[in-house]
Amino acid sequence: MSNILEVKDLNVAYGGIKAVKGISFEVAEGEIVTLIGANGAGKSSTLRSIVGLVKPASGSVVLKGEEIAKLPPEQIVNRGITLVPEGRRVFADLTVLENLKIGAYLRKDSLEEDLNWCYDLFPRLKERSWQLAGTLSGGEQQMLAIARALMSRPDIIMMDEPSLGLAPIIVQGVFDIIREINRQGKTILLVEQNANMALHAAHHAYVMETGRITMTGTGMELAENEEVKAAYLGKARE
Amino acid sequence: MKKKELIPGLILIAALLVLLRYLELHISPQSQWAMLLTVLKKGSIYALVAVSMNLLNGFTGLFSLGQAGFMMIGAYTYAVLTIPAEQREMVYMYYEGGIIRFALPSIVGIILAGVVAAVFAFLIGLPVLRLKSDYLAIATLGFAEIMRALFQWDTLGPLTNGSNMLRSYPTFKTILYPFIVSGVCIALIVMLINSTYGRAFKAIRDDEIAAEAMGINLAHHKRIAFTVSSFFAGISGALLAMFQTNVQAKSFNSAMTYEILLIVVIGGIGSVTGSVISSFLFIACSEWLLRFLDETHVIGDVTLPLMRSGFRKVVFSLIIMVIVLFFRQGIMGNREFSFTRLFSGRSKKSKGGKADE
Repeated sequence: MSNILEVKDLNVAYGGIKAVKGISFEVAEGEIVTLIGANGAGKSSTLRSIVGLVKPASGSVVLKGEEIAKLPPEQIVNRGITLVPEGRRVFADLTVLENLKIGAYLRKDSLEEDLNWCYDLFPRLKERSWQLAGTLSGGEQQMLAIARALMSRPDIIMMDEPSLGLAPIIVQGVFDIIREINRQGKTILLVEQNANMALHAAHHAYVMETGRITMTGTGMELAENEEVKAAYLGKARE
Repeated sequence: MKKKELIPGLILIAALLVLLRYLELHISPQSQWAMLLTVLKKGSIYALVAVSMNLLNGFTGLFSLGQAGFMMIGAYTYAVLTIPAEQREMVYMYYEGGIIRFALPSIVGIILAGVVAAVFAFLIGLPVLRLKSDYLAIATLGFAEIMRALFQWDTLGPLTNGSNMLRSYPTFKTILYPFIVSGVCIALIVMLINSTYGRAFKAIRDDEIAAEAMGINLAHHKRIAFTVSSFFAGISGALLAMFQTNVQAKSFNSAMTYEILLIVVIGGIGSVTGSVISSFLFIACSEWLLRFLDETHVIGDVTLPLMRSGFRKVVFSLIIMVIVLFFRQGIMGNREFSFTRLFSGRSKKSKGGKADE
């Protein structure tokens, strides 16, 4: 399997503060890859710089063999990668349908097929397609944020803390959806604090600490690793 | 608008125009109803500038206070370019007839009024649209004030007639004129709002970061909204110049921008119909219905207290405070008025507001 995304020596800084200090990792096509780590480890900054919301200070990001590190977000999104931002960030005063259409903003072709696909994945959104996104529940908003990202027909979809602030039963639902989307052929780069769920869903995993990658392995390897258990999985595993 | 609404819509518009024409022909200038015509004319002009401001503030989330400045640019462009050549000696009496020696047809003047305002907006937008919220408001307000001072500058006199008024340019003869021009312009703005661009504007308003992550170029879209809004502010400026029959830069002050902002807030930020309705209401109140507050009234031997020149403004300020404190949504909130919903409101609502399209 080839790598769809390769990040090499990526540095991200906000003013003088370095958030990401020269990290490198790969995402193989068709896999779920997760970055786990504590608050402030630089996970979100990594995703934001890959999609161009933050300009990386240095380093390279190669998507499907093409360097995208210096491009503006609209060109990066157009090349088949998209971000489900942290905290959902749905467009609260727009309807569910309008949110989905915004997701496909850069596309000029017909949206019919993709809308139906999203509605199949998320039947709740179909029921609520005329409702304002701000009136949805937290879980529904997360579903909408994911569906909205899918509307751009990405090859790889990056999710920033999709389980944030959701009830455990809803989190389970979100991870089921992530697996389902992956089964249907989308590559997924997942950033999570819920290490337990993320590691069990992922093919590959990286652990980030203070801007660096400190450990890597398959999801299962890391889930069984004593250090990871102690630092991120806590007593919940025992 | 759905197709089945199109025919009744057109009939309604035609009926409105006929009614306006009827009123115009049958209300004599001496009657107490003559003021109604003035209110309707000015209201239609303010409706356009209010909707153009709403496009920025309500639909794109850009808090801009430059509207009076762009109206002034439009009004001056129209006046300067359309004063008949033979009148120029007299209008530009202090500047030897000015530097422009030709006169363009009225309609060309109106379009150029919009274009010139849009060009100014594009240029000023390059630096100021990087700013957010209050800072953008301060910058645009400052721009409008600078333009106002600049237009009165003596050195530019041969072009702008300095601080003297511009007059003798062609004006409209019938009330239908401002209604049709404003109506067409507002229809264009509504089409823009309902287009893919409009959806992107609203996305930017709701969440800039998410909009950017969806691939919406923020700078590009903000510039479009700002330029288009100013284009229509320029056109409404030209209409206002025609309505007033003379133009002077000093009348386009920041108080005028606040009046327009007030109309937008009263109508509902994010509602086109709200802006239109509140324009007529506002103009009717300020020009006509609340005028009595400025006059001294004597009942029996008692002179009513407070009722003297300027009291109207006090009452107005109170109304604004009440609206801001208790009715933040304004008349319409961010909904739109529609006859179909008015007549079949309940059944539509239970389906979850499908009447929006």
